[in-house]
Amino acid sequence: MDATSNIKSAYAQLEGKSKNLSAFQEENWKTFSGIGIPALKHEEWKYIPIKNVFKASMNIAVEHDAFDQSALSNYILPGTEDANHIVFYNGRFQEHASKINEKDKLVVKSLEIAAGDEDAAFVETNLGNSQGYHPDGVNALNGAFAAGGAFIKIKKGAVISQPLIIYHFADSSNGFRFSQPRILVSVEDNAQVTIVETYVNHGGGESLTNEVIEICTGRDSITRYIKLQNEGNLSNHTGTTHVRQLERSNTHAVTITLDGAVVRNNLNMVMEDEHAESHMYGLYLLKGNTLADNHTIVDNRMPHCESNELYKGIMDDQSTGVFNGKIFVRKDAQKTNAYQSNKNILLGDQASANTKPQLEIFADDVKCSHGCTIGKLDEDALFYLRARGISEKNAKALLLHAFASDILGQIENEAIKNYIETLISDRLSLEA
Amino acid sequence: MPEQQDDILEQITTSEYKYGFVTNIEADEAPKGLSEDTIRFISAKKNEPSWMLEYRLKAFQHWQKMEEPNWANVNYPKINFQDIIYYSAPKQKVAPKSLDEIDPELRNTFEKLGISLNEQKRLTGVAVDAVMDSISVATTFKEELSKVGVIFCSMSEAIQEHPELIKKYLGSVVPATDNYFTALNSAVFSDGSFCYIPKGVRCPMELSTYFRINAKNTGQFERTLIVAEEESYVSYLEGCTAPMRDENQLHAAVVELIAKEKAEIKYSTVQNWYPGDKEGKGGIYNFVTKRGICAGDHSKISWTQVETGSSVTWKYPSVILKGDYSIGEFYSVAVTNNLQQADTGTKMIHLGKNTRSRIVSKGISAGKSNNSYRGLVNVAKNASNARNFSQCDSLLLGDKCGAHTFPYIEVKNNTAIVEHEATTSKIGEDQIFYCNQRGMDTETAVALIINGFAKEVMNQLPMEFAVEAQKLLAISLEGSVG
Repeated sequence: MDATSNIKSAYAQLEGKSKNLSAFQEENWKTFSGIGIPALKHEEWKYIPIKNVFKASMNIAVEHDAFDQSALSNYILPGTEDANHIVFYNGRFQEHASKINEKDKLVVKSLEIAAGDEDAAFVETNLGNSQGYHPDGVNALNGAFAAGGAFIKIKKGAVISQPLIIYHFADSSNGFRFSQPRILVSVEDNAQVTIVETYVNHGGGESLTNEVIEICTGRDSITRYIKLQNEGNLSNHTGTTHVRQLERSNTHAVTITLDGAVVRNNLNMVMEDEHAESHMYGLYLLKGNTLADNHTIVDNRMPHCESNELYKGIMDDQSTGVFNGKIFVRKDAQKTNAYQSNKNILLGDQASANTKPQLEIFADDVKCSHGCTIGKLDEDALFYLRARGISEKNAKALLLHAFASDILGQIENEAIKNYIETLISDRLSLEA
Repeated sequence: MPEQQDDILEQITTSEYKYGFVTNIEADEAPKGLSEDTIRFISAKKNEPSWMLEYRLKAFQHWQKMEEPNWANVNYPKINFQDIIYYSAPKQKVAPKSLDEIDPELRNTFEKLGISLNEQKRLTGVAVDAVMDSISVATTFKEELSKVGVIFCSMSEAIQEHPELIKKYLGSVVPATDNYFTALNSAVFSDGSFCYIPKGVRCPMELSTYFRINAKNTGQFERTLIVAEEESYVSYLEGCTAPMRDENQLHAAVVELIAKEKAEIKYSTVQNWYPGDKEGKGGIYNFVTKRGICAGDHSKISWTQVETGSSVTWKYPSVILKGDYSIGEFYSVAVTNNLQQADTGTKMIHLGKNTRSRIVSKGISAGKSNNSYRGLVNVAKNASNARNFSQCDSLLLGDKCGAHTFPYIEVKNNTAIVEHEATTSKIGEDQIFYCNQRGMDTETAVALIINGFAKEVMNQLPMEFAVEAQKLLAISLEGSVG
């Protein structure tokens, strides 16, 4: 049995079971069946052999497997014990294991339910919005299994004081685990929230997480989003974070990739109204055979929007960093300011970097720029430190740490920042 | 003032192609369509040796198996390859020995183009190998060049007279199987230029070719091959124009450059094919494969291009940096107006150690045109200490045009340093205001700013060309700027 027929039999078990999302799932399944998993020839998947990641032996959860709640406590990010927790297990939302503190401001329920209650209209207009930007089989495949997903709503004007942390558990103890979490978030007008996503592969086997999270940010809302990937070198990931921004909304996203096998992150910012603002930061600190591929899209559809983007990568050993940043400025989007920068350091002899910053501009009164660099550590800077009695190892660690701290500094939540900081410090001093 | 600016932009969109005249010369044409017979016809017409015919047929067989590529950021109706005349030569009985023997009407054409052979010969000392509809009409200065051992002749002549060189180098940089259009070109190319600079020779003058598509419905498939032996230097200029026609015409040329140890080739292009009218009717499809190889250590290849014409431009002059310490350069100004589309850029393939490359690309879009920069910088595993710097700037005139940047950067060596930067902007109102304040009218100000924008590239052009290129820039952008 190959990967596709494996997926097919899993879908057959699901088919027609969802009351409210059957049509959506079916439509996505049709798309997936038509185009399948993209090959290297697909321009958007040029540097990432994603086809090889989908294995015939994949375990796919179609039912709610029982989740051992005690497992969660081992993986809670230090300092965030009081935060709101949402748990996904093998790609399916675990309502009972999740913990929501601020229930008056925050609604978390299964996507299946949301598609049938007072939020149905929202689900109807927003679910599947990312597909237009990623018309490929990977996104569609997630859509075909969407009924296991979750719906999150931050109510109008609510300021959520504690971060909302989404834990994705993949149980690989019985072999290759394939999970497909689906999340739809509504940040209503004037609301403020910090959403964190983190991934845990327990069981010691291989895994693939194919996630889609779609966020709609309302007027004057502020959304902070952090994606932390440190799963270990057997974990593959393909994830899309799609943000639809309404008037004067502000989105701030930080993506940190520290470990993994083949990792692909899509981040889309769609400026659907005037005066929207988005900030996108990324850090990929790679070793071993890790391949991390960050694709970002900023789609400026309306005037007076602003975007800022900085992605930094350090590649050690045989690892590969890929970056593709697209900025579209549509005809009506006059007075757009869009900046993008990608910086890479190649440490390992076998390491490589592929980058493609891309501008597509159809309006004339705009200021857009992008820049990217690939290089090694500055020898003059190293010499300066060495001349002051700092060992080569420490000097390198110091410089790399400084390089990474631009991104770290963007994380507002102190507890999470400190936690990531220790992860990075450990890594850099060990290897430098 | 913004209104005034709009007026000038309006003028930009209304200025017309100034080289669109047709020369009435009887032409010797192949029948329409493409088949093995067409290729045999071309080969026979040119009295080619059998190995050349085989080369063509092999390329044709390969071409038949290939699919037309469609990944570029350009749109054009599908080309009917059976509706093209693959060979068209001005009728002439014997090969001319001096300029006086050339058909006066033909010479008028060149005079209208502003490259009067006489004048060029006298004033600039440029040797012109003028190619009209695929056949090399006159080669000047040939004798002077041969004194120092430089071979500069048409491709058909080279096939007859220097078969050993052609056999050795033709297709060595751009193999016939490279892509769809090179396969087509290899099968049906009708003429072109060949240039050979022997060891240690610095070519005493700038070499120049002027291409012009004249006859109706013809495709121009020329082939250029330049070989620079060790420690030699050559600067080569190429210019192109075509008459106004309602139909689209295909131009699928192949240019190959080979630079041996310590050799330098400087290749400059001013391309002004007919861009089509304001509604996008007619115009040339310019699908050209240009590639050079720095085969020896310390060699250098530099491409400079000023692209103002063609309805669709699709080309990437590339350099393979194989020799250690070799240098590749690419300087480009691409102007698109009305409904023109350009998808152009370069590829720098770093293979040798300590290789360097530099890319400067300036795109100017006006009207409803689309202008894309697409480039590749590739540093291979063993290319230690490779260095690249790329800069792509786009200028937008008007709110209906588009500017796009697609730089691919692939680095597999950790000692490489690669930098890329790109900006997109329009002419600032403050810039115009500054000029107005100093007594310049808005029109002159726009001209000044555009010239300044493109200056870095224009400076790379040889003197004789720089003047023409500036004129072209002015013509394609607006009537009175210049």
